[in-house]
Amino acid sequence: MGEVIHPEEKLVEIGTDQLLTKVMELKKAGYRLSQACAAYVNEKFELSYSFAEDTTYQYTTLRVVIDTDTEVPSITDIVPPAVFYENEMKELFGVKIQMISLDYNNKFYRIEAETPLGPKPDAAAEGKEA
Amino acid sequence: MGKRSVIPFGPQHPVLPEPIHIDLVIEDEKVVEAIPSVGFIHRGLESLVDKRDYNQMTYVVERTCGICSFQHGMGYCEAMEHVFGVDVPARAKYLRTIWAELGRMHSHLLWLGLLADGFGYENLFYQCWRVREKVLDMQEMTSGGRLIFSVNKVGGVIKDIEKEKLDIILKTMDEVEEELTVIKDTFLLDYSVQSRLQGVGIVTKEQAHDLGCAGPFARASGIRTDMRKLGYAAYPDLDFEPIISATGDSYARCYCRIMEIFQSIDLIRQAIGKIPNETDLFTPVKGNPDGEYFMRVEQPRGEAVYYVKASGKQYLDRFRVRTPTFANLPGLCEMLKNTQLSDVGLLVLTIDPCISCTER
Repeated sequence: MGEVIHPEEKLVEIGTDQLLTKVMELKKAGYRLSQACAAYVNEKFELSYSFAEDTTYQYTTLRVVIDTDTEVPSITDIVPPAVFYENEMKELFGVKIQMISLDYNNKFYRIEAETPLGPKPDAAAEGKEA
Repeated sequence: MGKRSVIPFGPQHPVLPEPIHIDLVIEDEKVVEAIPSVGFIHRGLESLVDKRDYNQMTYVVERTCGICSFQHGMGYCEAMEHVFGVDVPARAKYLRTIWAELGRMHSHLLWLGLLADGFGYENLFYQCWRVREKVLDMQEMTSGGRLIFSVNKVGGVIKDIEKEKLDIILKTMDEVEEELTVIKDTFLLDYSVQSRLQGVGIVTKEQAHDLGCAGPFARASGIRTDMRKLGYAAYPDLDFEPIISATGDSYARCYCRIMEIFQSIDLIRQAIGKIPNETDLFTPVKGNPDGEYFMRVEQPRGEAVYYVKASGKQYLDRFRVRTPTFANLPGLCEMLKNTQLSDVGLLVLTIDPCISCTER
């Protein structure tokens, strides 16, 4: 039977000011960026940055919860492949991200709708399809 | 320094089955920078969580991609099953494993054919796709669909594979293995193939790690990672080790994918040999989901991450899939640097790009 790994999967909630430090710590510990994404929940943005370790399969997600008008620093200077994830957060949700190394200026997905997954001013007027 | 110019590559190009645009900054014939651009087929599938409940989302997620459709459905259902805390019946786990490995086989055979076509070996392209047809026939026989099965359900699967059909799969695996052995020798030993692949587009182990590469792309650079080791579906009961190579060039990526087809054949044989004889195919799920989970699945192109977040309502708060090609784009850009313009088409193919998956 092959070896089955049961890695530790952690979700750590941090403040915006801790983001770059924590990302640097994980990078130095040998983690790679597995994914980053945003969610719009309870009128706030939840940003999740997941890092994986390829030997032990450990998985750590850094969670930053911010108001919709709060700016977050880009992690692309520390983790260059974050560039596409951050452009996606910015274009689909309207997350304000400072200094992305390659900013597509909301043209990453070439969509007409403005921040389709983010706050909707007329959300109350939109009915849900059954 | 030579004169720099920018050459647009794609979205329409003979080697591209799906649209991606890359601005190639070149000096003479050498690529010095590559800037990708997507967005030609963004469908906004993730935004459908507002309109489709968590069960209906299974069908939406399966349609993320036509090649790895089953694995998308399985990854989403596994994530939801973690949120619900339900245990899937053992037979369903084995059925998922068999379908997942059939999907890996047909995906890799499709890629091998495209690669052969990319370096101008049309006969090899036909041979790969001829063998792939046998795998597609198995998928159609067992699920009713050649590419999109719609057999996954949160809690298990909705179709069984009868004993007679499992026997046919075993017989077909013997045939595929025999024919694939001949194809493998052509890919790995033929001089003209080696001359196009060896030493071209090298990504070192350190680069692959730093750029977050996934799947065969990362394994070809020596990173021993395979999400099937996490133990979802029936993989904990099966014996296998990640297939890796150390050279990190196009040849290594080809080697890893060919050997993974043989590994899939072996896993299917193991799964059929051990599949429990029980009637339950799914565990009923009650109520609405409440919680969140990041599920990692090894798709043919590598690690896919499914994020689901729910708060006790019929509709999810968030569904997100990070596909392997999305993770491999930074690696592709790095790989293209310092290569010859004439190699770009083939190098783009070697990450096995799936742009529909990437854009969702």
